[in-house]
Amino acid sequence: MHKLWASTYKEFLLLTRDVGGIAILFVMPLVLIVTITLIQDSTFKTITDSQIPILVVDKDQGDVSKIILEGLKESGTFEVITKTDEIAARDLVFKGKYQLAIIIPENLTSSLEQKVNQNVDGIIAKFGLEETEDPLVKPEVLGKEVTLYFDPATQLTFKSAVKNGIDKMISKIETQSIYKAFQAQISDDPSEIIFETDTFITFKEVLPTDNDKEMIPNSVQHNVPAWTLFAIFFIIVPLSINIVKEKSQGTFVRLRTNPVSYATVLGGKTLVYLVVCLIQFVLMLSIGVFLFPAIGLPTLDVSGRMPLLFVVATFAGLAAIGLGLLLGTIAKTQEQSAPFGATFVVILAALGGVWVPVFVMPKVMQALSHISPMNWGLNAFYDVFLRNGSFTDILPEISLLFAFFITTTLIAIIYNEKKNAV
Amino acid sequence: MIDIQQISKKYKGADNFSVSNFNLTIADQEIFGLLGPNGAGKTTIISILCSLIKPTSGSFSIAGLTYQKNKNELKQLIGIVPQEYALYPTLTAFENLKYFGSMYGLNGKSLDTKINTALEHLGLLAFSHKKIDTFSGGMKRRINLIASVLHNPNVLFLDEPTVGVDIQSKNVIIEYLNDLNQNGTTIIYTSHHLNEAENFCSRVAIIDHGKLVVEGKPQELIEQHLGAHNLEDVFINITGKALRDHA
Repeated sequence: MHKLWASTYKEFLLLTRDVGGIAILFVMPLVLIVTITLIQDSTFKTITDSQIPILVVDKDQGDVSKIILEGLKESGTFEVITKTDEIAARDLVFKGKYQLAIIIPENLTSSLEQKVNQNVDGIIAKFGLEETEDPLVKPEVLGKEVTLYFDPATQLTFKSAVKNGIDKMISKIETQSIYKAFQAQISDDPSEIIFETDTFITFKEVLPTDNDKEMIPNSVQHNVPAWTLFAIFFIIVPLSINIVKEKSQGTFVRLRTNPVSYATVLGGKTLVYLVVCLIQFVLMLSIGVFLFPAIGLPTLDVSGRMPLLFVVATFAGLAAIGLGLLLGTIAKTQEQSAPFGATFVVILAALGGVWVPVFVMPKVMQALSHISPMNWGLNAFYDVFLRNGSFTDILPEISLLFAFFITTTLIAIIYNEKKNAV
Repeated sequence: MIDIQQISKKYKGADNFSVSNFNLTIADQEIFGLLGPNGAGKTTIISILCSLIKPTSGSFSIAGLTYQKNKNELKQLIGIVPQEYALYPTLTAFENLKYFGSMYGLNGKSLDTKINTALEHLGLLAFSHKKIDTFSGGMKRRINLIASVLHNPNVLFLDEPTVGVDIQSKNVIIEYLNDLNQNGTTIIYTSHHLNEAENFCSRVAIIDHGKLVVEGKPQELIEQHLGAHNLEDVFINITGKALRDHA
């Protein structure tokens, strides 16, 4: 026990003597979380302060194009800039000056009216309500295309969102035109309400509740746990460097001749770096609770969740430390451990669902995500933050994290024993 | 005290054996010098005896103990002063010594007293709370030595303990080692300083190409080699004048 305490104290001294290293260890994750949350917060908001400028070429100049333009403006997402020349608009978008250009075709309003009227007339005639013209003389109305030009660098998610939005807007215009045509056919009084045009089917989102209060997720509730976990796992870089340094500066050679086990040496490192993880965690939470509201971001709600959050952070920290111990034991140089550690954390984060939700990943990646300790940690954090989970709910995830720590540490000890067996 | 039987060592990927069928017996309280040109196998032998590397074949015991059976007892019994400064540069001399002393189960005031006594003996007490990375090479060598002897080892292995130090530091180190020896510590050391070995060692072995070439008291070896006036002459006689560069 005395040797473990001495090792822990030594690690503490080594860490605190590197003031620059400590600053990076604590400050950079804070910078990361503030930056990411500020960026992502705008995508979570439906009405943003900064609108995306888009080009619209209105060749129709009718009611339909007017509705489309109004819909785009009312969405609050876009700053609509009207142009008259399609080619010029297309070139500007393809050169990356704008994200999107919408080309509303000529005679869209009149063609839509004509098509709807033809259909409504046909239906009315079927019911024998009105004499119809000879179907043979009915002029053919060709379909119209709204053309969208996207900057090739535009992300797919943005493209899909825009396409869905415009599609929905056009469907609504078509439906309303049909109602209007029927109204004109059936009644001579335009003020008479025959059809309820309000949406009949609506949807309602039901959220988990805590003491009858709905828990509404926001960018902060998503970002703080995800990026806190990311920062916690980055501990593998300084930790593995610490171990490699011991080997290169010769102190490890001395320790191998001392009557002290490798497990004790690693134990000292584990305790100190676990405290570092927990301090990182507290700082990240503090940013969410105190700084974010001050800079106009949503507040991180941790009320009643602190004990469980600390449990998750502790086990996530242990898993990260286990990985760092293993990497440091196997790596021969800092040039091996640092880039590998950093890249591996990014891979684990990607697999774990820190950037892209697991459910949208391909099947193979979804399966792989289940073996990422960051996925276990993230799920445990979401259980506590967003799903109002209890200790029983997080037990499977924290058990996996602990098993990961034990396994990686044991592999490190066995590897070291085998390598240095005499 | 130390009994080495037919030890050989061939490193992975090497064409030749670094140490080949090496036999040696070192008695209690000897100051034994392992001498030889670069690449002769001195560090390999010391590393094997300190359990840092495994011999390809052969066996050895220290005070009747082996690493296979008595690993922890043996580690408690020996001390090693490695060729490199095996110290934490950002910790002070005292913090380094406190930590390495703790690894031998020492603690509290008795450890502090041992550290301060050794620091005083080696002229470093005034620098005990300075960081190692501010020390000169000679000061680091002395701290490196203290870190290995706080637990009063029965056997002390030193790999080039005076390399790169000034004459004053060297004298202090040798004097300290003599004191340790007089208090019962057996010393096995490697060096390129043949004059130092001639005066310091009670017995030396000259090894070359991993093999024991000759062993005996320095004065006896000088007398046995015609025309030799000192150990350096004996060494040149045995190992030749050719350069021993190797990669």
